[in-house]
Amino acid sequence: MNVDMKQILIAVLIFLPAFAVASGGETPIPLDDMEPNLEDQASLQRGAKTYLNYCMGCHSLKYQRYQRTAVDLGIPVDLMMEHMVFESSAQIGSLMGNTMSVDNAKQWFGSVPPDLTLYTMLKGGPEYLYTYMRVFYEDKTRPLGVNNLLYENVAMPHPLVELQGLQRKVCKQIPRLADHGVEMRDPLTGDLIMGEQCGGDLIQRGFSPLELVEGTGSLTPEEYDQLIYDLANFLHYTADPSRLERERIGIYVLLFLAFFFVFTWLLGREYTKEQH
Amino acid sequence: MSGLQQSFKNMMDWVDARLPVTETYEKHLSKYYAPKNFNFWYFFGVLSVVVLVNQLLTGIWLTMSYVPSAEGAFASVEYIMRDVEYGWMLRYMHSTGASAFFLVVYLHMFRGLAYGSYQKPRELIWILGMLIYVALMAEGFFGYLLPWGNMSFWAGQVIVSLAGAIPFVGEALATWVRGDFNISGITLNRFFALHVVLIPLVLIVLVFLHILALHEVGSNNPDGVDIKKNLDENGKPLDSIPFHPNYTIGHDLPAIVGFLFLFCIVMFYYPDGGGYLIEHPNYEPANPLKTPDLIAPVWYYTPFYSMLRAATFPLFGLDAKFWGLVVMAGAIALPVVLPWLDKSPVKSIRYKGWGSKIFLTLFVVSFFILGYLGVQHPTPVRTLVAQLCTAIYFGYFLLMPWYTSVEKTKPVPERVTMP
Amino acid sequence: MNEDSVNTGRRNFLIGATTVVGSAGVVGLAVPFVGSWNPSARALAAGAPVKVDISKLSTGEILGPIPAWRDKPIFVIKRSDAMLEQLNSMNDRLADPESQREQQPGYAQNGTRSIKPDVLVLVGLCTHLSCSPKFRPAIQPEVFDEEWIGGFFCPCHGSKFDLAGRVYAGVPAPSNLEVPPHFYESDSVIVIGEDEGTA
Repeated sequence: MNVDMKQILIAVLIFLPAFAVASGGETPIPLDDMEPNLEDQASLQRGAKTYLNYCMGCHSLKYQRYQRTAVDLGIPVDLMMEHMVFESSAQIGSLMGNTMSVDNAKQWFGSVPPDLTLYTMLKGGPEYLYTYMRVFYEDKTRPLGVNNLLYENVAMPHPLVELQGLQRKVCKQIPRLADHGVEMRDPLTGDLIMGEQCGGDLIQRGFSPLELVEGTGSLTPEEYDQLIYDLANFLHYTADPSRLERERIGIYVLLFLAFFFVFTWLLGREYTKEQH
Repeated sequence: MSGLQQSFKNMMDWVDARLPVTETYEKHLSKYYAPKNFNFWYFFGVLSVVVLVNQLLTGIWLTMSYVPSAEGAFASVEYIMRDVEYGWMLRYMHSTGASAFFLVVYLHMFRGLAYGSYQKPRELIWILGMLIYVALMAEGFFGYLLPWGNMSFWAGQVIVSLAGAIPFVGEALATWVRGDFNISGITLNRFFALHVVLIPLVLIVLVFLHILALHEVGSNNPDGVDIKKNLDENGKPLDSIPFHPNYTIGHDLPAIVGFLFLFCIVMFYYPDGGGYLIEHPNYEPANPLKTPDLIAPVWYYTPFYSMLRAATFPLFGLDAKFWGLVVMAGAIALPVVLPWLDKSPVKSIRYKGWGSKIFLTLFVVSFFILGYLGVQHPTPVRTLVAQLCTAIYFGYFLLMPWYTSVEKTKPVPERVTMP
Repeated sequence: MNEDSVNTGRRNFLIGATTVVGSAGVVGLAVPFVGSWNPSARALAAGAPVKVDISKLSTGEILGPIPAWRDKPIFVIKRSDAMLEQLNSMNDRLADPESQREQQPGYAQNGTRSIKPDVLVLVGLCTHLSCSPKFRPAIQPEVFDEEWIGGFFCPCHGSKFDLAGRVYAGVPAPSNLEVPPHFYESDSVIVIGEDEGTA
């Protein structure tokens, strides 16, 4: 026991960079931009609906209450209870837990689907989730048939595949670059010279290595992107539901302090005039 | 004297005959004569007290809703953030306050270094201050475990394991501190008691003694001039003004409001400080099986963490790990003897020679660099820089007896100079 | 000299103004501290209205104490015709027979202290010091009362209440047992903790 702890500690302290690369398979593709907007209640409502219909079966939101969600998103309580609450024992004030037991989860997926209430904060913002949900692709070597560009060998299926459609990893014809990074052109015609690139090389050049199989999804790519934006927006809300209130109160506090500062500064001068 | 004033005087006479209230008020406020040339650097003592009060009040209020068990801690923090009315505000006041505390204390300590406030007869004030600093570091460390997030757990794991580096007794000591073979709910519960009761009491007592010791000998000033050398016919120093109301209302009140303004900007708009005030891995519960990508302490410990990691080779048959601990502990302990390292006839940097000016500048710069390196992954180049900066840090202290004796100082004026 | 008195006036004004504004600030600062003591969302959720199914409750029986609404024990009693007949025969011995003190919602301020004559809903806490009173429905002489027509007897200090929860005169308890807000969602389901029509 003693020796193990020392070894673990040395390994952790000195080999941390190695850990970062070797852990869990989080491959570094660039994250897409996503500007959350907590004042867009319509977006948050759509995001909540998507979450409750597709994600809640596996991922709990166990720190968030239905009532708070209803109030903050402008959803009437009875509508919420009727259309969005699927737990039989839940009341409007209940926490948004879920019904998947830990043992079942381990058996079916190999790991427990994490609670997502704080997920966007854990990942430093909603961009990670926004990107993650849009880069699943077909991979017949995986037990659930899909893999993910952002999280290699993820244990999660693609719950929205019927909406997005199936993506496949492809190689593409893109302009070849000469040694000094300039695109190569045919000296006679002036046309760009293309070459085939795959996977990480495509990503490096700023191209997507994925292609959508036509007709497999019920939403267009733009509609799906909007769906995922709304979902990420909703989870950005659940991570910090008091954010809007905090920012609003902050303005009043700062204004008050500025106002109060004037008085204290003038009063202060009364007692410092004598010095100078 | 009006009727009301007479009544007040009668009441105070009754109280004073039983408790020296007026005498204390005069000795420490209205008749405490402080040098009249205090500048910006003299705000940070008062601001430290303001932040201390903030931490005590918000801390007590958080204790009303927090659950100090491994099973309940993380959820109870979310309960505070979501279910308790204004709980989020209390939590952010406390977390922002913790960082503000160290910022203000570091600036306060810098003032001491710059103006030689540790020199005779103020050595004990300095020692008490260093004890406050160490207690504060412990308080922050114990407090950080309490949210029981993943970074809380791993930071706790790493730092307690440091004790394990001590030869012979290390492992037993680490187990004794943890109360368990790994950081667990047992550790959490006892760190809670230390963070909420023991260390706050220690801090309050030390701060009280620190101020008492100061008032016994009187305050230093930016020129390092001894104002007691020039007294008026009543024995009051010529270059002094009463602390109250000239400093309390005249300077400190607006400064406190200004500080609160800056504090509130951070608290309301950047409470997690981009991941530096509340670190991202802490948004999931403690998981002994999942190490965060980068285990880094909160910013205020990072200079010392850098020094710990800078020790990369074994010496005299003992692990680098042990020497890292020695270096880190030494870096915190060494400043205590500063009053005896400074051989300069002059107190303030204003009148010291080039040696002191260069070394103080190098010290500050290397402290910042070490702090920055502490939140980065170590690389061979970064480790080299950390080693160099650690050497400079120690050099500032260990070479001080030499450079403060040989340097050419400027003549110190007889009376204070006003800005 | 003139300058000094102007300065003193200005100084006093500033002291006053700063104190007033500062006090407003202190009040503002107190808001989160005081507010955090209000029942949290968890308390409010736990204190939410509760549904009770009385379809299996037989005549003369009591359902409860149900530890349901806001941690208060609830009694639901289905009174028999015999009980109801006797109900108002001892009103001169009661302290508040007309239920004038506000221990019940408006719709329970009647001879049976209930919405439906036979079903009584009460908070099962003695109004003296909150012990749990015992249900003594039998219409027969009792040790504590020779003319007992059924009701509740509190073992702690001997307070007595009738089968509408009304307190007898001359006992430690000062008021009738509380009737919580409630309504009938259906003939057999009572929602306790809310008046009808409240969201």
